[in-house]
Amino acid sequence: MANHRITIKLNDEFEMVDVPANMTLLQMLRDKLARTGTKNGCNAGECGACTVLLNGEPVNSCMVLAVECDGAEVITVEGLAKDGVLDPIQQAIMDHGGVQCGFCTPGILISAKALLDRDSNPSEETIREALVGNLCRCTGYLRIIDAVKDAASRQQALTN
Amino acid sequence: MINEVAKFPIPHPVGDSVPRVDAREKVLGSALFADDLQFGPGLLYARIKRSDRPHALIKKIDTSKAAALPGVKAVVTGEDYAGMMGLYLRDRHIFCRDRVRYVGDPVAGVAAASEEIAENAVDLIEVEYEDLPGIFDPEYGATPDAPLLHPDLGNYEVANFIFPQPGTNISNHFRIRKGDVESAWSECAVIVERKYRIPHVQHVPIEPHVATARVEENGKVILWGSSQSPFAQRSLIAKTLGFSPSDVQVIAPYVGGGFGCKAGVSMEALAVAIAMKLKGRPIKLRLTREEEFFTAFVRQGVVAYFKMGCDADGRLLAMENRFYWDGGAYTEYGVNITRASGYSSSGPYNVPNVKTDSYCVYTNHPVGGPMRGFGMPEMHAGLEQCIDELAHAIKMDPVDFRKINCIKAGDTLVTGMKMHPTGLSECLVKAAQAINWGRKDPPSAPHKRRGKGLALMWKAPAMPPNAGSSAKIALNEDGTVTVSVGGQELGQGSFTIAAQIAAASLGVPADWVRVATPIDTNYSPYEWQTVASRLTWSMGNAVAAAGRDARKQILDMVAKAWQENPDDLDIIDGKVISYKSEETISLKNIVIYGIPLPDDQGWIGGPVLGRGNFMPSYVTGLDPETGQGQRAVVHYTVGAQAVEIEVDTITGKIDVLRGVAAFDVGKAINPDMVKAQMEGGFVQGLSTALFESLNLKEGFPQNTSFVDYRIATSSDVPRDIQAIIVEVPQDDGPWGARGIGEHAMVPTIPAIANAIYDAIGIRVGAPPYTSEKVFLAMQDAGLVK
Repeated sequence: MANHRITIKLNDEFEMVDVPANMTLLQMLRDKLARTGTKNGCNAGECGACTVLLNGEPVNSCMVLAVECDGAEVITVEGLAKDGVLDPIQQAIMDHGGVQCGFCTPGILISAKALLDRDSNPSEETIREALVGNLCRCTGYLRIIDAVKDAASRQQALTN
Repeated sequence: MINEVAKFPIPHPVGDSVPRVDAREKVLGSALFADDLQFGPGLLYARIKRSDRPHALIKKIDTSKAAALPGVKAVVTGEDYAGMMGLYLRDRHIFCRDRVRYVGDPVAGVAAASEEIAENAVDLIEVEYEDLPGIFDPEYGATPDAPLLHPDLGNYEVANFIFPQPGTNISNHFRIRKGDVESAWSECAVIVERKYRIPHVQHVPIEPHVATARVEENGKVILWGSSQSPFAQRSLIAKTLGFSPSDVQVIAPYVGGGFGCKAGVSMEALAVAIAMKLKGRPIKLRLTREEEFFTAFVRQGVVAYFKMGCDADGRLLAMENRFYWDGGAYTEYGVNITRASGYSSSGPYNVPNVKTDSYCVYTNHPVGGPMRGFGMPEMHAGLEQCIDELAHAIKMDPVDFRKINCIKAGDTLVTGMKMHPTGLSECLVKAAQAINWGRKDPPSAPHKRRGKGLALMWKAPAMPPNAGSSAKIALNEDGTVTVSVGGQELGQGSFTIAAQIAAASLGVPADWVRVATPIDTNYSPYEWQTVASRLTWSMGNAVAAAGRDARKQILDMVAKAWQENPDDLDIIDGKVISYKSEETISLKNIVIYGIPLPDDQGWIGGPVLGRGNFMPSYVTGLDPETGQGQRAVVHYTVGAQAVEIEVDTITGKIDVLRGVAAFDVGKAINPDMVKAQMEGGFVQGLSTALFESLNLKEGFPQNTSFVDYRIATSSDVPRDIQAIIVEVPQDDGPWGARGIGEHAMVPTIPAIANAIYDAIGIRVGAPPYTSEKVFLAMQDAGLVK
């Protein structure tokens, strides 16, 4: 299969990658760039573990071809913290005990981040809807929902 | 000096909800899971040719086309590996040799330069079969009419507490004969008899199984895997493939959810077997989500018969239970689920007369294995509904009925063992109070009906009598502590518990402790398996012993340097203090370099290394005919759940409005993590109650994706899940602690079923209580048209 050279901005750094036409964004992140924070849970767009921000929108990276991302900006879980300071959603999910095995956590953080980017004060229903595509088998979700609420108020406190 | 220390209250690391030690790397995305490890360009990828029929003889396998495909490095079949494998019963080959027994049974394996090539090669393997009649119902499988799935059952190596019946499909028959059931029935005022068919479900860890293996030229094996059981895998794989356990190194980073399916050996031996053909090359085998649903372990289905009766005062007099466990094609692990459900078959009740027959039956279904609760959710699903029915039949409130009959300290259990101190009554009362038992609130809409339900549970760690744990504690130059364990972090928090117990037993702040990761059988101390909710208790005891050992080394050294008695010394908050001389010295520096003697007269001490182990010594065998013995198990964790629900009479949809969980954990080492287990377990229980069933049609799985096999999502959980901790200490638990991981999902199915009855007066029977099933049941009952 022919390779294509693409350029993406990944977590604030530019990357030039040669990818086969059928390679997914998830495969490129994990296998070509060794950014393994983004997880492969089903490879079918059903579990949300591979969620990343593509030009600011949350997508299942297993459902996006890498070649489609030429020139795009991608943010993964590794790009949330800045200079060792956690994003409010990362801090909140820790503080609320919303992490257990941690395998769904990267996707959940990205979905929550995307929600908070478009809605700074989401209702509980909105939070539940935003996370409905991110399966978690450990926590029972409540602590994660509480963490998103809390992150929203922390962010508001920061901006006020 | 000491008074200065005492001015500030020092939080005790045990009983304090310290933050999880693994949380930060998990939110950063830097925590490594088995699929994240990098092996460079030499890595090869494996795929498995699987049986596409439930039961057949293998007549011929032609691998020539696959082997000729460019990029294919090796093709293997069962011809290459004669050894048999299994935890309690060695009844399976790594690759099938003469016959296949379930859809998904491994027939051949391929290693290639890419997953894609390996997959293409698998498609080129041609297998000729001769179909055989199958068994798709365990009750039928237990009859003499059924075809025999394992004609060699009598020759299989088996643990001495498992009782296979050669010449049948029954790979374990566990019996309880306590009292005299037959004569008790005539004394019963009311008798309830019911049959439940509990479906298969799957664990659904979000991380699929993955294993990478490399066999060195010198014969050593390295296996990197997502594993609850590095040591059991080392031992089982070594024995099956002819290695010494010391030559098999299992390296297991964080596990992305296990729930039992990553215990024992399920797919890991496949990777090692293929790697034996390609020495020096790492071979990675990663299950697809579709394979995850039916080719590793599933939770067994069961057909369960209950008969129970009580006298006119509501006292339980007798129970007669028969369980036909749908063990699947291989029951190497499942045989012990049959045993566990047998020795706990009365449920958490004091019943003087009990007769139980628990059968593990071979079927042409996916391989049944351990899943959170190990038979208890399946058994309690029916049993706790029968208890409710019995209470109603004798016109007693179900909570009052349970108060009278539930297990209390000193009761004689079904096995003859005496019950230890237990907080079950307290759990029952607190759960009932929290759900406002007896108060009926109006439904939120006229077409909805509201109801409350409650269920109790008990569960003992199911394991060999001598399952052991060990731990090491090393101190570092700055006084920090590295604790090494072989127990795994699956999300349940075991590493945090290890850190807390190490800190408490040594006398340092919890945040001074690091856990040595990943688990590596070459460097980590032995742990049987991370299963059975046994780590906090068993591994916790080992860590505490290691901490005490290190502490003694430090105190002896300092006492000698100070010319004091070690009994007058203590370690508090990372400092050695003397109650007598009021001297203090920080652990910093002295725990590696020792202490200089006065006047440059030499040194004493040296690097401090504590060791500890734990193995229960008191579990006895049970009589094979009666199931009676001194002590069947180490202990029982008990608890109660209560729910409030609404049934939508237009759609049949069940809304769980509120949940309460109360469990006796002996001592909550980390109360917030205990509550997190209770909440997460409740939701997993809710998911199995409302949605989950792995549908098998003549052995073919029907719903092997998240679209067709639905699990609870963020939209399905009630806002209000209250977790109540009860603490009646366990005599041999660390600070009195017992496990809680599995128990949290055991009573959820019957609690919801009992609430459905309370709401609409209908017993819906076996789960899942889907909208369709509930609606049809309401239609049958004439409640809706």
